[in-house]
Amino acid sequence: MAAESDQNRGLSRRGLLSGIALGAGGLAVGGVTGYAAASEPSIDEASATALGSETVDCFGTHQAGIATPRQAHVTFIGLDLRREVNREALVRMMQLLTDDIVRLTQGRPALADPQPELADVPARLTVTAGFGEGLLTAAGLETKSPYWLTAGLPGFKVDELQPRWSDGDLMLQVAAEDPVTVSHAVRVLLTDARPFAKVRWMQSGFHRPANTAPTSTTGRNLMGQVDGTINPQPGTEDFDQVVWIPADGEPTWLQGGSSVVIRRIEMDLRVWGGMDEMAKEEAIGRRLSDGAPLTGGDEFTAPDFEAVDANGFEVIPATSHMRLAHAQDSTDRVFRRPYNYDDGVDEDGKPEAGLLFTAYMADPDAQFVPIQQRLADADVLNIWTTPIGSALFAIPPGFSEGEYLGQTLLG
Amino acid sequence: MITLKRPAAAVGATLLAVAALSACSSDDTASDTTSPTDSATCALTVTDPWVKATDEEMTGAFRMIENPTDADITVVSASSPSAGMMEIHEVVDQDGSMVMQQKEGGLVVPASGSATLKPGSDHLMLMQLPAPIEAGDEVEITAVCDTGGAVTWTSVAKPFEGGAEPYVPGEDDAMSSESPMASEGAMDMESMQPSESTN
Repeated sequence: MAAESDQNRGLSRRGLLSGIALGAGGLAVGGVTGYAAASEPSIDEASATALGSETVDCFGTHQAGIATPRQAHVTFIGLDLRREVNREALVRMMQLLTDDIVRLTQGRPALADPQPELADVPARLTVTAGFGEGLLTAAGLETKSPYWLTAGLPGFKVDELQPRWSDGDLMLQVAAEDPVTVSHAVRVLLTDARPFAKVRWMQSGFHRPANTAPTSTTGRNLMGQVDGTINPQPGTEDFDQVVWIPADGEPTWLQGGSSVVIRRIEMDLRVWGGMDEMAKEEAIGRRLSDGAPLTGGDEFTAPDFEAVDANGFEVIPATSHMRLAHAQDSTDRVFRRPYNYDDGVDEDGKPEAGLLFTAYMADPDAQFVPIQQRLADADVLNIWTTPIGSALFAIPPGFSEGEYLGQTLLG
Repeated sequence: MITLKRPAAAVGATLLAVAALSACSSDDTASDTTSPTDSATCALTVTDPWVKATDEEMTGAFRMIENPTDADITVVSASSPSAGMMEIHEVVDQDGSMVMQQKEGGLVVPASGSATLKPGSDHLMLMQLPAPIEAGDEVEITAVCDTGGAVTWTSVAKPFEGGAEPYVPGEDDAMSSESPMASEGAMDMESMQPSESTN
């Protein structure tokens, strides 16, 4: 836990420094261009360089990329192990991938990097690995599988899951502030994974980058909703309890680890876009303008679920997304780290877009399933959203220099 | 149970130590190939070594070699327990196409300089591989220097799609009955094509 908070402190310190750099650089640019082209502000060069050169420590008690402030770009990769891959081969694969992660996240080319020229902008790159049940089976270590991974997630009645977006033996979350950095890292990692695994799915997502929206603001999803207001804050005891498998948790190889649920939620943006604002707000339970609960205040004001209008109807409807997603007790809470996706349109212009719902938690069965069950049963948002992919992975703990990712299981 | 190998992440760092240690002694591996005196040393250091994983009979070894001394040092030969024989290769333009061939006079690492062995350029060739070199395997390589002595390091095997220039055996090879390159001729050029059989 100490290592993680150090990591957070390091990041915020760097964040602060880049903020200072932005201020100073802005003055310089202003001085130069003040009389020339005031109407064409350019991206501040100093802040761009600072963001590009920022690194996130890949070593620690926990894997990077979870408590790390959400980067603007992500690619998730789901891999299926080749049939002949056993525990010995898995060790070799994870050693290769770990070496790539160590080098790339620090802005150095990987060994045998096909494009070493692309490695010098780390841009807060993190690579986070998750193990599916299939990986433990391939290693002959099924007995070490946590109960929730063996069982898998239950089916939900709203699911229209497609195999091409679901499951997998190994998951890599590759995230950075720069999409070129993500692309290069993915290329390197897949080159090394190829002898061991086939790509099952690949999903890329995005957010507003840090140079167009302060990282402190809650992002909006593609339905326009402020999404992610109620979320444990990294660096707090609350976050640690929600996310990390504790030092006395089971199985022992996952101590300091976590779990992740990745669900591809397709949005019917054309129908949603034609809805009036009031209907949209009643579906979510929050105001579209600022994300405040329909019972008033600002984004972070606690919703008043008891409030009724003049006709006796609940102000925050019983079928609204927020009411149903809201924790019923202290157990059913997760840490969300979602991304938007937009894979273009079909020939009729229908968007293939939505949300890569990504949630980390210590125990998905106890923490995620109850929330999802409530949403599946009654959430009015289900009219415009359809889960078309779903995958669950155990997140091994972090690693130190000289160790490899997954060593607590495979070593 | 498996035997834990040194994590790949640590190879770059520990390699230096290995190279430095062996630099100060002429080791047994080297004495098979050359006849260094007991006092002979090779001061070269090696960083980021890797070999191309393969299930063919040959593969390349790559890395950067640095020479901290103020005199040129030439790598005259190399050997590996993972290969029947090794050669020092260069890639040259032969009538408009890039081919690789044995590098005459060995690999010179300039004084206070470095030599980078990389695909499409100078490299060490592992030949007559008795077994496939699988991705993530560790391959020990010893290079013998003209100063006598040798450096030994461990390379990690990386999947790599390049480094596939056709091999043109030199005259020495062609006349040597021990060279598989000479006896099998064009067949061996085939074996230098990129491996697509890793599935």
